[in-house]
Amino acid sequence: MSAAFDVRYTAQLARLHLSEAEITKFQAQLSQVLAYVEKLEKVDVSGVEPTAHANAVFNVFREDAPRDWFTPEDALANAPRSANHLFIVPKVIE
Amino acid sequence: MELTSLSVAALQEKLRNREVSAPEVLRSLEARIAQVDPAIHGYLSRDFDAALKLAESADVSLPLGGVPIAIKDVINVSGEPCTAASRILQGYRSNYDATVIQKLKAAGAIPFGRCNLDEFAMGSSTENSAFGHTRNPWDTSRIPGGSSGGSAAVVAADEAFASLGSDTGGSIRQPASHCGCVGLKPTYGRVSRFGLIAFASSLDQIGPFTKTVRDSALLLNAISGRDPMDSTSLAEPVPDYTAQLGRDLKGVKLGMPREYFIEGIDPQVDAAVRAAIRHYESLGAEIVEISLPNTEHAVGVYYIIATAEASANLARFDGVRYGHRAEGAANLLDQYGRTREEGFGPEVKRRIILGTYVLSSGYYDAYYLRAQKVRTLIRRDFTSAFEKVDAIVAPTSPETAFKVGDRSDDPLKMYLADIFTIAANLAGICGLTLPCGLASVDGQMLPIGLQLLGKPFEEANLLRIADAYEQSTDWHRQRPPV
Repeated sequence: MSAAFDVRYTAQLARLHLSEAEITKFQAQLSQVLAYVEKLEKVDVSGVEPTAHANAVFNVFREDAPRDWFTPEDALANAPRSANHLFIVPKVIE
Repeated sequence: MELTSLSVAALQEKLRNREVSAPEVLRSLEARIAQVDPAIHGYLSRDFDAALKLAESADVSLPLGGVPIAIKDVINVSGEPCTAASRILQGYRSNYDATVIQKLKAAGAIPFGRCNLDEFAMGSSTENSAFGHTRNPWDTSRIPGGSSGGSAAVVAADEAFASLGSDTGGSIRQPASHCGCVGLKPTYGRVSRFGLIAFASSLDQIGPFTKTVRDSALLLNAISGRDPMDSTSLAEPVPDYTAQLGRDLKGVKLGMPREYFIEGIDPQVDAAVRAAIRHYESLGAEIVEISLPNTEHAVGVYYIIATAEASANLARFDGVRYGHRAEGAANLLDQYGRTREEGFGPEVKRRIILGTYVLSSGYYDAYYLRAQKVRTLIRRDFTSAFEKVDAIVAPTSPETAFKVGDRSDDPLKMYLADIFTIAANLAGICGLTLPCGLASVDGQMLPIGLQLLGKPFEEANLLRIADAYEQSTDWHRQRPPV
């Protein structure tokens, strides 16, 4: 399976630019890690349910009640760019 | 005895007897940090004036009244930076308190100082920090462990009375072991994760670093409990974790898992842990050999599940709402890609790539789903072991602290450093490490940690078993040469 591993393509999926040097290095390092984790192929998991979480807790609800929380100023306090209570991003619609 | 070398409990006694005031304590601590931290670099930042304000109005009658506590730089404290040791969060300032910080403040404690870590808590040596390595106080040419290396080093070097860290695959227990302090990873769901920067949400848990087992119990008392802001925190009752301390070990059964005493483990570590187990026997505990047959799969399962969760959690760092943003991007996708390229360090990039790959179309079943199934097998190992024993004793790490630079370019070798701590996170159980010996390596003494693993929500029992060892040995009194 690790033979199909392609850092360049996966980085695109992750919205992460990489340098050519990083691509070469990560390809080698992560192929080694994948070869290691592929030992799990040998484990018999027939009939075993997956565990997503340590505690089997389902449907945790809370009252939908208003409470004090961030003001717009608080929410924007760390924004790289903002104006008029909005985050500014590059234009996405032509 | 220097004020800064006191335990939390001993410090509180002095505060309550008015032998010392909270501002005096803070000033002594600041002086100690100024003296030793240039060699250790356990702190990324600290706000003395803000802490002094809290100290001046401290109510020493509260459970942790007037006690300064250092915080891993991945837990939000209002008004302070929270960088996760990443360039992507350089300049970020929290505008809310994590639940554990609200609880510490309500108990009278003073959050003081932001501790260094591996970037986004990803690593076992604190070498992945974007802001410089932390050094081991026992030998500054060695790593303190990680990812909470700063939290461990500052407690060991008496630059903090106690600290908070987070443990996803051993990030509290492994550095505590390497630095010679007590480190506790609570049961998953015992402590709220609200305000902790998420790494792997099904594994992360916040816990204390302390100089004694009693201090660990005191901090756990303060931070435990159900939180409406974290739906995975559970409403299990919070006992007084100090109540069971001092009880003898008659009738206690301790399991010795044969998979944790394997070839490749450092002989000095093996000998110290075996000696500790014999000591438990002499204290009245019964030692039972057990098997956790799926132990060998834990590292593989972990590096699939943890990276998968991390790749999703770190998607939020996009340069829009907070943190670093790349300049001059051609469009939004270019802005995401370049912001993340510039902001993340190599280990974080590696894990995002690995996590994205194991979740990607065509590979999900083979990697992620299979890992989740093997995780079930690992949980079952512990469930059946705990039918026979009250707790498990094992080494925390197969080795003592390694040299700075030894593994920084070999990810797989670095990942194997967590071989004995990871299973507890996958199973969601509680675990603790305490000092049980010193190894002599190249003429330096290096701490060895004894790991105790307990049933879910039985921290009280784990602390009692740890306390019995600590109270009858001297290892916790050994201090580093710094």
